Amino acid sequence: MCLALPARIVEMRKQDIGIVDLGGVRKEVSLALVDDLQVDDYVIVHVGYALSKLDPEEAERTLRIFAEMESMPGNVGVGA
Amino acid sequence: MKYVDEFRDGELANGLASTIARAADTGRNYSFMEFCGGHTHAISRYGVTDLLPANIQMIHGPGCPVCVLPIGRIDLAIGLALDQGVILCTYGDTLRVPASDGLSLMKAKARGGDVRMIYSTADVLAIARDNPDRDVVFLAIGFETTTPPTALLIEQAKNEGIGNLSVLCNHVLTPSAITHILESPEVREYGTLPLDGFIGPSHVSTVIGTQPYEHFAREYRKPVVISGFEPLDVMQGILMLVRQVNEGRAEVENEFFRAVTRGGNRKAQTLVAKIFELRRTFEWRGLGEVPYSALQIRSEYAAFDAEQRYGLRYAPVADNKACECGAILRGVKKPTDCKIFGTVCTPETPMGSCMVSSEGACAAHYTYGRFKDVEIVAA
Ligand code: SF4
Repeated sequence: MCLALPARIVEMRKQDIGIVDLGGVRKEVSLALVDDLQVDDYVIVHVGYALSKLDPEEAERTLRIFAEMESMPGNVGVGA
Repeated sequence: MKYVDEFRDGELANGLASTIARAADTGRNYSFMEFCGGHTHAISRYGVTDLLPANIQMIHGPGCPVCVLPIGRIDLAIGLALDQGVILCTYGDTLRVPASDGLSLMKAKARGGDVRMIYSTADVLAIARDNPDRDVVFLAIGFETTTPPTALLIEQAKNEGIGNLSVLCNHVLTPSAITHILESPEVREYGTLPLDGFIGPSHVSTVIGTQPYEHFAREYRKPVVISGFEPLDVMQGILMLVRQVNEGRAEVENEFFRAVTRGGNRKAQTLVAKIFELRRTFEWRGLGEVPYSALQIRSEYAAFDAEQRYGLRYAPVADNKACECGAILRGVKKPTDCKIFGTVCTPETPMGSCMVSSEGACAAHYTYGRFKDVEIVAA
Protein backbone atom coordinates (compact mmCIF):
# COMPACT_ATOMS: atom_id res chain seq x y z
CA MET A 1 0.00 0.00 0.00
CA CYS A 2 2.75 2.44 0.89
CA LEU A 3 5.30 1.22 -1.59
CA ALA A 4 6.44 3.87 -3.99
CA LEU A 5 9.02 3.64 -6.77
CA PRO A 6 11.65 5.92 -8.21
CA ALA A 7 10.88 6.75 -11.83
CA ARG A 8 12.41 9.01 -14.48
CA ILE A 9 10.29 11.70 -16.11
CA VAL A 10 10.53 11.20 -19.87
CA GLU A 11 7.92 13.67 -21.02
CA MET A 12 6.06 16.66 -19.61
CA ARG A 13 2.45 17.17 -20.62
CA LYS A 14 0.22 20.08 -19.87
CA GLN A 15 -1.60 20.54 -16.57
CA ASP A 16 0.85 18.92 -14.18
CA ILE A 17 0.85 15.64 -16.04
CA GLY A 18 4.05 13.79 -16.85
CA ILE A 19 5.05 10.50 -18.40
CA VAL A 20 7.52 8.46 -16.38
CA ASP A 21 9.55 5.41 -17.19
CA LEU A 22 9.10 2.71 -14.55
CA GLY A 23 11.58 -0.01 -15.40
CA GLY A 24 10.72 0.16 -19.10
CA VAL A 25 6.99 0.76 -18.62
CA ARG A 26 5.67 4.21 -19.50
CA LYS A 27 3.05 5.58 -17.16
CA GLU A 28 1.15 8.80 -16.84
CA VAL A 29 1.56 10.41 -13.41
CA SER A 30 0.43 13.62 -11.80
CA LEU A 31 3.20 16.12 -11.04
CA ALA A 32 0.82 18.48 -9.24
CA LEU A 33 2.32 17.87 -5.79
CA VAL A 34 5.94 18.74 -6.59
CA ASP A 35 7.26 22.03 -7.97
CA ASP A 36 10.06 22.63 -10.47
CA LEU A 37 10.25 19.28 -12.20
CA GLN A 38 11.71 18.69 -15.61
CA VAL A 39 12.41 15.90 -18.05
CA ASP A 40 15.09 13.46 -16.80
CA ASP A 41 14.39 14.19 -13.12
CA TYR A 42 13.81 11.15 -10.95
CA VAL A 43 10.73 11.25 -8.73
CA ILE A 44 9.26 8.96 -6.09
CA VAL A 45 5.87 7.88 -7.46
CA HIS A 46 3.02 6.64 -5.32
CA VAL A 47 -0.60 5.93 -6.34
CA GLY A 48 -0.13 7.90 -9.54
CA TYR A 49 1.47 10.98 -7.99
CA ALA A 50 5.04 12.19 -7.78
CA LEU A 51 5.67 12.81 -4.07
CA SER A 52 9.23 14.07 -4.07
CA LYS A 53 12.26 14.52 -6.24
CA LEU A 54 15.04 12.00 -5.93
CA ASP A 55 18.50 13.52 -5.69
CA PRO A 56 20.88 11.42 -7.85
CA GLU A 57 23.95 12.78 -6.07
CA GLU A 58 22.62 11.78 -2.69
CA ALA A 59 21.71 8.35 -4.07
CA GLU A 60 25.28 7.90 -5.32
CA ARG A 61 26.63 9.06 -1.98
CA THR A 62 24.54 6.52 -0.10
CA LEU A 63 25.76 3.76 -2.41
CA ARG A 64 29.38 4.86 -1.98
CA ILE A 65 29.00 4.64 1.78
CA PHE A 66 27.67 1.10 1.47
CA ALA A 67 30.60 0.14 -0.73
CA GLU A 68 33.25 1.77 1.45
CA MET A 69 31.95 -0.03 4.46
CA GLU A 70 33.27 -3.32 3.14
CA SER A 71 36.85 -2.11 2.95
CA MET A 72 36.92 0.16 5.96
CA PRO A 73 35.98 -1.51 9.21
CA GLY A 74 34.62 0.85 11.83
CA ASN A 75 33.94 3.81 9.55
CA VAL A 76 31.23 6.27 10.47
CA GLY A 77 28.46 5.53 8.00
CA VAL A 78 25.62 7.80 6.95
CA GLY A 79 25.06 10.73 9.27
CA ALA A 80 21.90 12.72 9.83
CA MET B 1 15.48 -0.52 -12.30
CA LYS B 2 17.65 2.50 -11.53
CA TYR B 3 17.76 3.48 -7.85
CA VAL B 4 16.16 0.15 -6.96
CA ASP B 5 18.53 -2.64 -8.01
CA GLU B 6 21.66 -0.97 -6.65
CA PHE B 7 19.99 -0.91 -3.25
CA ARG B 8 19.41 -4.67 -3.36
CA ASP B 9 23.00 -5.70 -4.10
CA GLY B 10 23.83 -8.93 -2.29
CA GLU B 11 27.55 -8.31 -1.95
CA LEU B 12 27.02 -4.91 -0.40
CA ALA B 13 24.45 -6.50 1.90
CA ASN B 14 27.08 -8.91 3.20
CA GLY B 15 29.48 -6.05 3.76
CA LEU B 16 26.82 -4.17 5.68
CA ALA B 17 25.96 -7.30 7.65
CA SER B 18 29.51 -7.71 8.90
CA THR B 19 29.72 -4.02 9.80
CA ILE B 20 26.50 -4.39 11.82
CA ALA B 21 27.87 -7.51 13.52
CA ARG B 22 31.04 -5.65 14.45
CA ALA B 23 29.12 -2.63 15.72
CA ALA B 24 26.65 -4.60 17.86
CA ASP B 25 27.73 -5.04 21.45
CA THR B 26 27.65 -8.77 22.22
CA GLY B 27 26.88 -8.01 25.85
CA ARG B 28 23.40 -6.68 25.13
CA ASN B 29 20.25 -7.12 23.08
CA TYR B 30 18.79 -4.66 20.63
CA SER B 31 15.07 -4.51 19.81
CA PHE B 32 14.05 -2.24 16.98
CA MET B 33 10.57 -1.72 15.62
CA GLU B 34 10.09 -1.06 11.95
CA PHE B 35 6.95 1.01 11.96
CA CYS B 36 6.15 0.69 8.28
CA GLY B 37 4.65 -2.27 6.47
CA GLY B 38 6.97 -1.50 3.57
CA HIS B 39 9.93 -2.29 5.81
CA THR B 40 8.23 -5.41 7.16
CA HIS B 41 7.79 -6.58 3.59
CA ALA B 42 11.41 -5.83 2.63
CA ILE B 43 12.79 -7.48 5.77
CA SER B 44 10.80 -10.67 5.18
CA ARG B 45 11.23 -10.79 1.44
CA TYR B 46 15.00 -10.27 1.39
CA GLY B 47 15.68 -12.27 4.54
CA VAL B 48 17.28 -9.30 6.29
CA THR B 49 16.79 -10.97 9.69
CA ASP B 50 19.05 -13.83 8.60
CA LEU B 51 21.87 -11.37 8.02
CA LEU B 52 21.62 -9.85 11.48
CA PRO B 53 23.42 -11.07 14.60
CA ALA B 54 21.22 -12.97 17.05
CA ASN B 55 21.14 -10.13 19.56
CA ILE B 56 19.37 -7.77 17.14
CA GLN B 57 15.65 -8.31 16.95
CA MET B 58 13.30 -6.67 14.50
CA ILE B 59 9.73 -6.17 15.66
CA HIS B 60 6.93 -5.51 13.19
CA GLY B 61 4.94 -2.39 13.94
CA PRO B 62 1.46 -1.20 12.97
CA GLY B 63 2.50 0.68 9.85
CA CYS B 64 0.25 -0.84 7.24
CA PRO B 65 -2.84 1.26 6.56
CA VAL B 66 -4.83 -1.76 5.42
CA CYS B 67 -4.04 -3.64 8.65
CA VAL B 68 -5.08 -0.79 10.93
CA LEU B 69 -8.37 0.06 9.21
CA PRO B 70 -11.06 -1.08 11.66
CA ILE B 71 -13.91 -3.37 10.62
CA GLY B 72 -16.53 -0.72 11.44
CA ARG B 73 -15.12 1.67 8.85
CA ILE B 74 -15.27 -0.96 6.09
CA ASP B 75 -18.82 -1.78 7.19
CA LEU B 76 -19.72 1.86 6.50
CA ALA B 77 -18.35 1.57 2.97
CA ILE B 78 -20.14 -1.73 2.36
CA GLY B 79 -23.37 -0.12 3.58
CA LEU B 80 -22.94 2.71 1.09
CA ALA B 81 -22.38 0.28 -1.77
CA LEU B 82 -25.21 -2.13 -0.91
CA ASP B 83 -27.88 0.11 0.66
CA GLN B 84 -27.30 3.51 -0.91
CA GLY B 85 -26.35 2.27 -4.35
CA VAL B 86 -23.27 4.45 -4.68
CA ILE B 87 -20.27 3.67 -6.87
CA LEU B 88 -17.71 2.83 -4.20
CA CYS B 89 -14.10 3.34 -5.30
CA THR B 90 -11.00 2.28 -3.39
CA TYR B 91 -7.41 1.03 -3.72
CA GLY B 92 -7.06 -2.69 -4.42
CA ASP B 93 -5.66 -3.72 -1.04
CA THR B 94 -8.79 -2.58 0.76
CA LEU B 95 -11.13 -4.84 -1.19
CA ARG B 96 -10.28 -8.06 0.65
CA VAL B 97 -10.24 -6.82 4.24
CA PRO B 98 -12.65 -9.00 6.24
CA ALA B 99 -15.59 -7.00 7.59
CA SER B 100 -18.76 -7.90 9.53
CA ASP B 101 -21.09 -10.78 8.58
CA GLY B 102 -18.38 -12.56 6.64
CA LEU B 103 -18.40 -9.72 4.11
CA SER B 104 -15.65 -7.73 2.44
CA LEU B 105 -15.92 -5.10 -0.27
CA MET B 106 -15.12 -7.80 -2.80
CA LYS B 107 -17.99 -9.95 -1.53
CA ALA B 108 -20.25 -6.91 -1.48
CA LYS B 109 -19.44 -6.53 -5.17
CA ALA B 110 -20.43 -10.13 -5.79
CA ARG B 111 -23.75 -9.30 -4.12
CA GLY B 112 -24.38 -6.56 -6.62
CA GLY B 113 -22.64 -3.59 -5.06
CA ASP B 114 -20.91 -1.31 -7.55
CA VAL B 115 -17.42 -1.52 -6.07
CA ARG B 116 -14.51 -0.41 -8.23
CA MET B 117 -10.79 -0.71 -7.75
CA ILE B 118 -8.83 2.40 -8.63
CA TYR B 119 -5.09 3.03 -9.02
CA SER B 120 -5.12 6.74 -8.50
CA THR B 121 -7.53 9.39 -7.24
CA ALA B 122 -7.54 10.72 -10.81
CA ASP B 123 -9.56 7.59 -11.69
CA VAL B 124 -12.18 8.56 -9.09
CA LEU B 125 -12.57 11.99 -10.65
CA ALA B 126 -12.99 10.40 -14.08
CA ILE B 127 -15.63 7.98 -12.78
CA ALA B 128 -17.57 10.86 -11.18
CA ARG B 129 -17.42 12.85 -14.44
CA ASP B 130 -18.57 9.86 -16.48
CA ASN B 131 -21.49 9.06 -14.18
CA PRO B 132 -23.16 12.39 -13.43
CA ASP B 133 -26.42 10.71 -12.37
CA ARG B 134 -24.77 8.40 -9.83
CA ASP B 135 -23.21 9.13 -6.44
CA VAL B 136 -19.52 8.24 -6.28
CA VAL B 137 -17.76 7.67 -2.95
CA PHE B 138 -14.00 7.24 -2.54
CA LEU B 139 -13.06 5.08 0.44
CA ALA B 140 -9.80 6.84 1.26
CA ILE B 141 -7.22 5.07 3.39
CA GLY B 142 -3.54 5.48 4.00
CA PHE B 143 -0.85 7.37 5.86
CA GLU B 144 0.67 10.71 4.92
CA THR B 145 1.76 9.33 1.52
CA THR B 146 -1.76 8.84 0.17
CA THR B 147 -3.32 11.86 1.87
CA PRO B 148 -2.09 14.57 -0.55
CA PRO B 149 -3.65 12.81 -3.58
CA THR B 150 -6.99 12.65 -1.71
CA ALA B 151 -6.69 16.35 -0.86
CA LEU B 152 -6.05 17.13 -4.51
CA LEU B 153 -9.11 15.08 -5.52
CA ILE B 154 -11.35 17.10 -3.20
CA GLU B 155 -9.89 20.39 -4.36
CA GLN B 156 -10.30 19.50 -8.02
CA ALA B 157 -13.87 18.29 -7.46
CA LYS B 158 -14.69 21.59 -5.79
CA ASN B 159 -13.01 23.67 -8.49
CA GLU B 160 -14.80 21.77 -11.23
CA GLY B 161 -18.11 21.91 -9.39
CA ILE B 162 -18.48 18.13 -9.37
CA GLY B 163 -21.47 17.48 -7.10
CA ASN B 164 -21.75 13.69 -7.15
CA LEU B 165 -18.45 12.88 -5.45
CA SER B 166 -17.59 12.47 -1.78
CA VAL B 167 -14.82 10.92 0.29
CA LEU B 168 -15.07 8.54 3.22
CA CYS B 169 -11.89 9.68 4.91
CA ASN B 170 -9.74 7.27 6.93
CA HIS B 171 -6.38 8.97 6.62
CA VAL B 172 -4.19 8.36 9.65
CA LEU B 173 -0.99 9.90 11.00
CA THR B 174 2.19 8.00 11.79
CA PRO B 175 3.80 10.09 14.56
CA SER B 176 0.78 9.81 16.85
CA ALA B 177 0.65 6.04 16.35
CA ILE B 178 4.29 5.67 17.35
CA THR B 179 3.66 7.71 20.48
CA HIS B 180 0.62 5.59 21.27
CA ILE B 181 2.61 2.37 21.07
CA LEU B 182 4.90 3.66 23.78
CA GLU B 183 2.39 5.10 26.22
CA SER B 184 -1.12 3.72 25.68
CA PRO B 185 -2.97 2.18 28.65
CA GLU B 186 -3.32 -1.09 26.69
CA VAL B 187 0.41 -1.62 27.11
CA ARG B 188 -0.54 -3.11 30.48
CA GLU B 189 -2.96 -5.55 28.93
CA TYR B 190 -0.57 -6.72 26.24
CA GLY B 191 2.58 -6.47 28.30
CA THR B 192 5.37 -3.99 27.81
CA LEU B 193 7.59 -3.98 24.88
CA PRO B 194 11.24 -3.15 25.36
CA LEU B 195 12.10 -1.05 22.33
CA ASP B 196 15.49 0.51 21.67
CA GLY B 197 14.54 2.47 18.60
CA PHE B 198 12.48 2.81 15.45
CA ILE B 199 13.08 2.49 11.76
CA GLY B 200 10.98 5.42 10.60
CA PRO B 201 8.79 5.52 7.48
CA SER B 202 10.51 6.74 4.34
CA HIS B 203 7.76 7.50 1.87
CA VAL B 204 5.64 9.10 4.56
CA SER B 205 8.65 11.29 5.30
CA THR B 206 8.96 12.41 1.68
CA VAL B 207 5.76 14.30 2.50
CA ILE B 208 6.05 15.26 6.21
CA GLY B 209 9.85 15.35 6.45
CA THR B 210 11.90 14.06 9.36
CA GLN B 211 11.03 16.93 11.68
CA PRO B 212 7.77 15.50 13.16
CA TYR B 213 9.80 12.71 14.76
CA GLU B 214 12.21 15.01 16.56
CA HIS B 215 9.92 15.87 19.43
CA PHE B 216 9.19 12.22 19.75
CA ALA B 217 12.86 11.20 19.95
CA ARG B 218 13.49 13.88 22.59
CA GLU B 219 10.42 13.10 24.66
CA TYR B 220 10.72 9.32 24.73
CA ARG B 221 14.48 9.03 24.37
CA LYS B 222 14.15 6.59 21.47
CA PRO B 223 16.33 6.92 18.37
CA VAL B 224 14.55 7.07 15.02
CA VAL B 225 16.23 6.46 11.68
CA ILE B 226 14.19 7.26 8.57
CA SER B 227 15.18 4.52 6.10
CA GLY B 228 14.35 3.71 2.52
CA PHE B 229 12.45 0.54 1.64
CA GLU B 230 15.19 -1.34 -0.17
CA PRO B 231 17.01 -4.01 1.84
CA LEU B 232 20.33 -2.14 1.94
CA ASP B 233 18.55 0.96 3.21
CA VAL B 234 16.93 -1.03 5.99
CA MET B 235 20.27 -2.55 6.98
CA GLN B 236 21.98 0.82 6.97
CA GLY B 237 19.12 2.10 9.15
CA ILE B 238 19.70 -0.74 11.60
CA LEU B 239 23.41 0.03 11.73
CA MET B 240 22.68 3.69 12.46
CA LEU B 241 20.30 2.67 15.26
CA VAL B 242 22.90 0.33 16.77
CA ARG B 243 25.41 3.17 16.80
CA GLN B 244 22.95 5.57 18.43
CA VAL B 245 22.14 3.03 21.14
CA ASN B 246 25.83 2.32 21.76
CA GLU B 247 26.57 6.00 22.10
CA GLY B 248 23.51 6.68 24.25
CA ARG B 249 22.03 9.05 21.68
CA ALA B 250 18.33 9.40 20.82
CA GLU B 251 18.09 11.44 17.65
CA VAL B 252 16.27 11.48 14.38
CA GLU B 253 18.64 10.51 11.58
CA ASN B 254 17.88 10.33 7.90
CA GLU B 255 19.22 7.44 5.85
CA PHE B 256 16.91 8.20 2.92
CA PHE B 257 18.26 11.63 2.18
CA ARG B 258 18.15 10.95 -1.52
CA ALA B 259 14.41 11.74 -1.35
CA VAL B 260 13.63 13.03 2.15
CA THR B 261 14.41 16.42 3.67
CA ARG B 262 13.87 17.71 7.18
CA GLY B 263 10.93 19.88 6.13
CA GLY B 264 9.36 17.47 3.64
CA ASN B 265 7.13 18.45 0.74
CA ARG B 266 5.69 21.85 1.74
CA LYS B 267 3.41 22.06 -1.26
CA ALA B 268 1.72 18.79 -0.32
CA GLN B 269 1.56 19.78 3.36
CA THR B 270 -0.14 23.09 2.53
CA LEU B 271 -2.74 21.37 0.40
CA VAL B 272 -3.44 18.75 3.08
CA ALA B 273 -3.84 21.46 5.73
CA LYS B 274 -6.26 23.33 3.49
CA ILE B 275 -8.62 20.36 3.08
CA PHE B 276 -8.20 18.37 6.31
CA GLU B 277 -8.13 18.95 10.05
CA LEU B 278 -7.30 16.67 12.98
CA ARG B 279 -9.89 14.28 14.35
CA ARG B 280 -9.98 14.27 18.12
CA THR B 281 -9.81 10.51 18.14
CA PHE B 282 -9.87 7.64 15.67
CA GLU B 283 -10.06 3.90 16.15
CA TRP B 284 -7.14 1.92 14.74
CA ARG B 285 -7.59 -1.78 14.26
CA GLY B 286 -5.40 -3.43 16.87
CA LEU B 287 -4.49 -0.19 18.64
CA GLY B 288 -7.95 1.00 19.67
CA GLU B 289 -8.83 4.69 19.99
CA VAL B 290 -5.78 6.85 19.33
CA PRO B 291 -6.18 10.57 20.12
CA TYR B 292 -5.42 13.07 17.32
CA SER B 293 -4.21 10.32 15.05
CA ALA B 294 -6.37 10.83 11.98
CA LEU B 295 -7.77 13.48 9.66
CA GLN B 296 -11.26 14.60 8.76
CA ILE B 297 -12.49 16.86 6.00
CA ARG B 298 -12.83 20.53 7.00
CA SER B 299 -16.32 22.01 7.21
CA GLU B 300 -15.66 24.25 4.16
CA TYR B 301 -15.54 21.03 2.15
CA ALA B 302 -18.41 19.28 3.98
CA ALA B 303 -20.19 18.68 0.68
CA PHE B 304 -17.41 16.24 -0.20
CA ASP B 305 -17.47 14.45 3.15
CA ALA B 306 -19.32 11.13 2.82
CA GLU B 307 -19.79 10.90 6.59
CA GLN B 308 -21.78 14.14 6.58
CA ARG B 309 -23.50 13.60 3.29
CA TYR B 310 -24.94 10.23 4.26
CA GLY B 311 -25.19 10.87 8.02
CA LEU B 312 -22.88 7.95 8.76
CA ARG B 313 -22.41 6.85 12.36
CA TYR B 314 -19.34 4.81 13.16
CA ALA B 315 -19.89 1.73 15.31
CA PRO B 316 -16.88 -0.22 16.56
CA VAL B 317 -16.85 -3.95 15.81
CA ALA B 318 -14.78 -6.41 17.82
CA ASP B 319 -12.15 -8.45 16.00
CA ASN B 320 -12.46 -12.19 15.53
CA LYS B 321 -11.62 -13.71 18.94
CA ALA B 322 -8.88 -15.99 17.69
CA CYS B 323 -7.09 -13.20 15.84
CA GLU B 324 -3.98 -11.85 17.53
CA CYS B 325 -3.59 -8.85 15.22
CA GLY B 326 -3.89 -6.45 18.17
CA ALA B 327 -0.87 -7.88 19.94
CA ILE B 328 1.03 -8.37 16.69
CA LEU B 329 0.55 -4.75 15.60
CA ARG B 330 2.03 -3.66 18.93
CA GLY B 331 4.94 -5.99 18.49
CA VAL B 332 4.27 -8.07 21.61
CA LYS B 333 3.37 -11.24 19.69
CA LYS B 334 4.59 -12.86 16.50
CA PRO B 335 2.36 -14.17 13.71
CA THR B 336 3.20 -17.75 14.69
CA ASP B 337 1.76 -17.08 18.16
CA CYS B 338 -1.68 -16.95 16.55
CA LYS B 339 -3.46 -20.32 16.71
CA ILE B 340 -5.01 -19.97 13.29
CA PHE B 341 -1.94 -18.62 11.48
CA GLY B 342 -1.34 -20.54 8.28
CA THR B 343 -4.24 -22.93 8.87
CA VAL B 344 -7.57 -21.13 8.94
CA CYS B 345 -5.98 -17.79 8.21
CA THR B 346 -3.95 -17.52 5.00
CA PRO B 347 -3.49 -14.79 2.38
CA GLU B 348 -6.21 -16.51 0.29
CA THR B 349 -8.63 -16.61 3.23
CA PRO B 350 -7.58 -13.84 5.61
CA MET B 351 -9.34 -13.80 8.99
CA GLY B 352 -7.54 -10.78 10.30
CA SER B 353 -6.26 -7.69 8.54
CA CYS B 354 -2.54 -8.48 9.03
CA MET B 355 -3.01 -11.29 6.52
CA VAL B 356 -4.56 -9.13 3.80
CA SER B 357 -1.88 -6.90 2.36
CA SER B 358 1.61 -8.11 1.55
CA GLU B 359 2.86 -5.49 4.00
CA GLY B 360 0.99 -7.04 6.93
CA ALA B 361 3.12 -8.90 9.45
CA CYS B 362 1.18 -12.17 9.05
CA ALA B 363 1.10 -12.13 5.25
CA ALA B 364 4.80 -11.21 5.01
CA HIS B 365 5.67 -14.00 7.39
CA TYR B 366 3.41 -16.50 5.63
CA THR B 367 4.79 -15.69 2.19
CA TYR B 368 8.48 -15.36 2.94
CA GLY B 369 9.31 -16.69 6.36
CA ARG B 370 6.84 -19.35 7.41
CA PHE B 371 8.99 -22.41 7.02
CA LYS B 372 11.89 -21.04 8.97
CA ASP B 373 9.92 -21.17 12.21
CA VAL B 374 8.38 -24.57 11.68
CA GLU B 375 10.36 -27.07 13.67
CA ILE B 376 11.37 -30.09 11.70
CA VAL B 377 10.62 -33.20 13.70
CA ALA B 378 12.00 -36.51 12.51
CA ALA B 379 9.21 -38.98 11.82
S1 SF4 C 1 -2.80 -15.14 11.49
FE1 SF4 C 1 -4.67 -14.14 10.80
S2 SF4 C 1 -6.04 -14.25 12.52
FE2 SF4 C 1 -3.98 -14.66 13.31
S3 SF4 C 1 -3.19 -12.65 13.93
FE3 SF4 C 1 -2.56 -12.94 11.83
S4 SF4 C 1 -4.17 -11.98 10.62
FE4 SF4 C 1 -4.99 -12.25 12.70
